[in-house]
Amino acid sequence: MNTLRRRRIVNIIAFAMSMVATGIGLALLCAILWTLLSRGLGALSFSVFTQMTPGPGSSGGLLNAIFGSLVMTALGILIGAPIGLLAGTYLAEYGRNSRLSTVVRFINDVQLSAPSIIVGLFVYMLLVMRMGHFSAIAGAVALGIIAMPVMVRTTEDMLNLVPKSMRDGSAALGAQPWYTITRIVYPAAKNGLLTGVLLAVARISGETAPLLFTALNNQFWSSNLNKPMANLPTVIFQFAMSPYADWQRLAWVGALLITLFVLFLSIIARSISSLFGQHANPGE
Amino acid sequence: MALSARLRREARAESVFRISTMASALLVLALLAGVLLTLIYGSWPALKVFKWSFVTGERWNPVADVYGALTPLYGTITTSIIALVIAVPISFGIAVFLTEICPRWLRSPISTGIELLASVPSIVYGIWGLFVLAPILQHSVQPWLIEHLGPLPVVGALFQGPPYGIGLLTAGLVLAIMILPFITSVMREVFRMAPLSLKEAAYGLGATQWNVVWDVVLPWSRTGVIGGIMLGLGRALGETMAVTFVIGNAHRISASLLAPSTTISAAVANEFAEAVGDLYTSALFALGLLLFVLTFAVIAGARFLLMRLERGTVQRA
Repeated sequence: MNTLRRRRIVNIIAFAMSMVATGIGLALLCAILWTLLSRGLGALSFSVFTQMTPGPGSSGGLLNAIFGSLVMTALGILIGAPIGLLAGTYLAEYGRNSRLSTVVRFINDVQLSAPSIIVGLFVYMLLVMRMGHFSAIAGAVALGIIAMPVMVRTTEDMLNLVPKSMRDGSAALGAQPWYTITRIVYPAAKNGLLTGVLLAVARISGETAPLLFTALNNQFWSSNLNKPMANLPTVIFQFAMSPYADWQRLAWVGALLITLFVLFLSIIARSISSLFGQHANPGE
Repeated sequence: MALSARLRREARAESVFRISTMASALLVLALLAGVLLTLIYGSWPALKVFKWSFVTGERWNPVADVYGALTPLYGTITTSIIALVIAVPISFGIAVFLTEICPRWLRSPISTGIELLASVPSIVYGIWGLFVLAPILQHSVQPWLIEHLGPLPVVGALFQGPPYGIGLLTAGLVLAIMILPFITSVMREVFRMAPLSLKEAAYGLGATQWNVVWDVVLPWSRTGVIGGIMLGLGRALGETMAVTFVIGNAHRISASLLAPSTTISAAVANEFAEAVGDLYTSALFALGLLLFVLTFAVIAGARFLLMRLERGTVQRA
């Protein structure tokens, strides 16, 4: 009787603590969002989207940084997504059971969680040192390399959900595998593939470390891909660490914009994939 | 004739497509090899000069051109351990809550909320840690730790010195928040895979719900749990921007967790742009190589465990 009571008490305490743990997790998310909203919204004004990043001690906006981030993220996706799509296709279709696929799958999963700063060093040596200067294109390549594993993983997962009978049906009508894949399998998995692209965009749009050594930063407007280009993450880094109040305010606005963008994308990706009937595991 | 021409074209399209998918898959491997070779090439000058003393040396002095990675290595490992100590119990609690007690309708919103923590960019954690968390630690938590834990024997050494707000402890805390969603997500998945028959058998023997979690589900899923924890560790070791904000960037080893220090990734991020001289740059590449080897070993171990588990369930199903 006594042990039964003790076990019941332990049971209650343990579950109470697991509720507390969940509370802590959710409270942290709320705390971060609250800080961003309260500090970012106050400084958010129209001029943020119309003016360039200011010099120390003067006011301005984030226009060039927002533009640079959009350009480099878009280019990064253009580099990373097609290659990731093809590699994922190999894993799910042509090489489904091959030994090569097992190795590629494993290495790709490792790259999903590998530190992004190392990609920055890699691209620095590959492009920046060879070209002799920092450039937006180097930044885009670095982002593309980071986006790729996300795309590989989601592509494979999503293609695996397409029933084999659809492929068999197509093959029975005389279609070659490439035709089956591009005309039957891709359309059937298009929501899932879109989820992959969105997750990849979400993953790279907040990346900072690899851009420090590749795109660097630029206080002025630049649309030249061969030159250093401003981007939100490095501007946030530089401005937040500075002693100037104006800069710090802009850093909070930038952080708010990036976070809202990324959370929005993650939620969209999640709802698409749940409509599609599959739980995508982002960024893991 | 027209048919055979068409068939030939089809066959060509087929081989082009197949080869390009295979080439892309090989590119994944080539990239990893490229990264490794680049890092070795970049760090060669420094490694040639310092040999093993690069890892064991404590001095990091750009003026004298002497570089030893012991301090950043110590910082990386210490902050990651702090992060695990904090994040693992919380993740476990959340995973238990989500799989055992959470009402079905609440499950999806709560797990989405926790997973959103994973998509917040790391730079945002950095600025939040510096401007919100660090002042709180400096004014309330750290003085309390110094006063109450500082005088204790052995453990006390960890909590001494002035409360800076930034330092190893703060970095570890921020890392804990960042890796929490990853560990939680893996734990939740493996807990959910525990066979119902085992759990029911335990209930039949009179086990409480907690007995089932602790004595049946957890032992059954320990491979996955360890895999998830290692995955979190891999993340913590390599995290850069958030740590750079709150670590304090001091090349100094001190026993106290409250002291500013540096980590491998923070040192690279901070010093790379201003590194003058080939040896300095090379030493930073060598830090990158060290980080690569460290994280690769941990993450590969984690993936290996999780992959074995995945294959096991497929066979069982």
